[in-house]
Amino acid sequence: MNTMMKVLKYQARDAIRSRWLIAYALFFLVVTDALLRFSGDPVKAQLSLVSIVLFVVPLVAIVFGTVYLYNAREFVELILAQPVDRRQTYCGLYLGLTLPLIVTFVVGLALPFALNGLDALAWGRLAALLVAGTVLTCVFTAIATSIAVKCEDRLRGLGAAIGVWLLVTIVYDGFVLLVLAVLSEYPLERATLGLMMANPIDIARVGLLLRFDGAAMMGYTGAVFLKFFSGSTGMVVATLALTAWIVAPIAFGVRVFQRKDF
Amino acid sequence: MKRPLLQIMNVCKRFGAMDILRSVDLTVAAGRVLAIVGPNGAGKTTLIKSVLGLTRPDAGRITLMGTDVLGANAYRSSIGYMPQIARFPENLTGGELVALLKDLRGPTALLDTELIDCFGLEQALEKPLRVLSGGTRQKVNAAMAFLFSPELLILDEPTAGLDPLSSSVLKDKILVERGAGKTVMVTSHIMNELEELADDVAFMVDGRLAFSGTLDDLKRVTAQTTMERAVAAMMMRDCAEAA
Repeated sequence: MNTMMKVLKYQARDAIRSRWLIAYALFFLVVTDALLRFSGDPVKAQLSLVSIVLFVVPLVAIVFGTVYLYNAREFVELILAQPVDRRQTYCGLYLGLTLPLIVTFVVGLALPFALNGLDALAWGRLAALLVAGTVLTCVFTAIATSIAVKCEDRLRGLGAAIGVWLLVTIVYDGFVLLVLAVLSEYPLERATLGLMMANPIDIARVGLLLRFDGAAMMGYTGAVFLKFFSGSTGMVVATLALTAWIVAPIAFGVRVFQRKDF
Repeated sequence: MKRPLLQIMNVCKRFGAMDILRSVDLTVAAGRVLAIVGPNGAGKTTLIKSVLGLTRPDAGRITLMGTDVLGANAYRSSIGYMPQIARFPENLTGGELVALLKDLRGPTALLDTELIDCFGLEQALEKPLRVLSGGTRQKVNAAMAFLFSPELLILDEPTAGLDPLSSSVLKDKILVERGAGKTVMVTSHIMNELEELADDVAFMVDGRLAFSGTLDDLKRVTAQTTMERAVAAMMMRDCAEAA
């Protein structure tokens, strides 16, 4: 077992016992269960959950991740005072944060559905929701980890974390809408596609809505998206873009971590 | 000449516009206790962290038992480090923390659990660290530094927050380890306590090493009889020079 796995093992044990993660699991349990009860229809409940997952998962991953790693600073020093490699330690810290968040999310979201019983279609859509939430968790904890090692000051770090979240969740969409409104005379389907690929939450959103037949609601642009995403090129491009969103912050964070003075 | 265990040569470190270490040269002899003293912000902790590789010096060399430490990792298995602040992941137990260090260091022939026994930590190690008092956490911190019988012990203000009994236990342990041929670097602001322990003294001020030698030398140079007076004299002399 290498250093990464060892750090991962103990950090994950610590994180999964955190009150915040227990609250996170309870949140999804309660919301999912309530949506199932009130709508009485798993598919409607899942459609509502799309927005909730896209909104809450990135926020929790980036804020919890940053705060957790700032609190773990002395722990990181203790680890680095042992005969360990910094790159592996960083990856262990990242995974030790990410895996507990994924487990809590999956349990919180899937358990009420599992208890309720689902048909094949609803299972497929639940799986899509779980995959989207998992990938978004990986992206935003990667950003959180790199912020926590880059910014010495925890208040600035937390500000940066919330800033990144606001940017990709709200500001970016406003910017895209603005572009579309200003250039409405031109055929912008391909450009829109490009803009969507630059934002991890948008990729997840488009991917989910297409599975939920939301494409019908999106008019001609939706048709272009559907064509793009149902083809293999679209899937490859989307996967590559999301992978880049995970790998780039990790690569940046490792670089900073290797030169960092504690 | 005593056998040098650790050699710090010409080490410089700058944070922004501040020179934290200005060309520090220090040789730490094997089997002795070295006290690193000096006013707050003199660079003591940065020097310690440079030896541990937590901080990367801008210039200079550091060798432990003849091998370069800069950029290396394996050498840290010969070092036991007790950091100043004992803040650990609050949902882990002390036992799990110890298990992590064992895992990270790999199989060791012999574990030195004397401090765990003397501090009576067996029960505390089963509880989450968040419920332990600051003093108990500091005891866990100390026990972990000594656990692997390292050649070099680096203790940063080890007795801060310990009650007199525990602090005596820790000091006895330091002397036992020295008797066994281990080397100890210790910082503290409590001179009376260092007087019991120290063979050698390194006095740092403003990132420079203002004095390095045996405790007796320090007393002779400053014409004082206690370490506290001697270090105070050193500090006053330094203030006078600066003025």
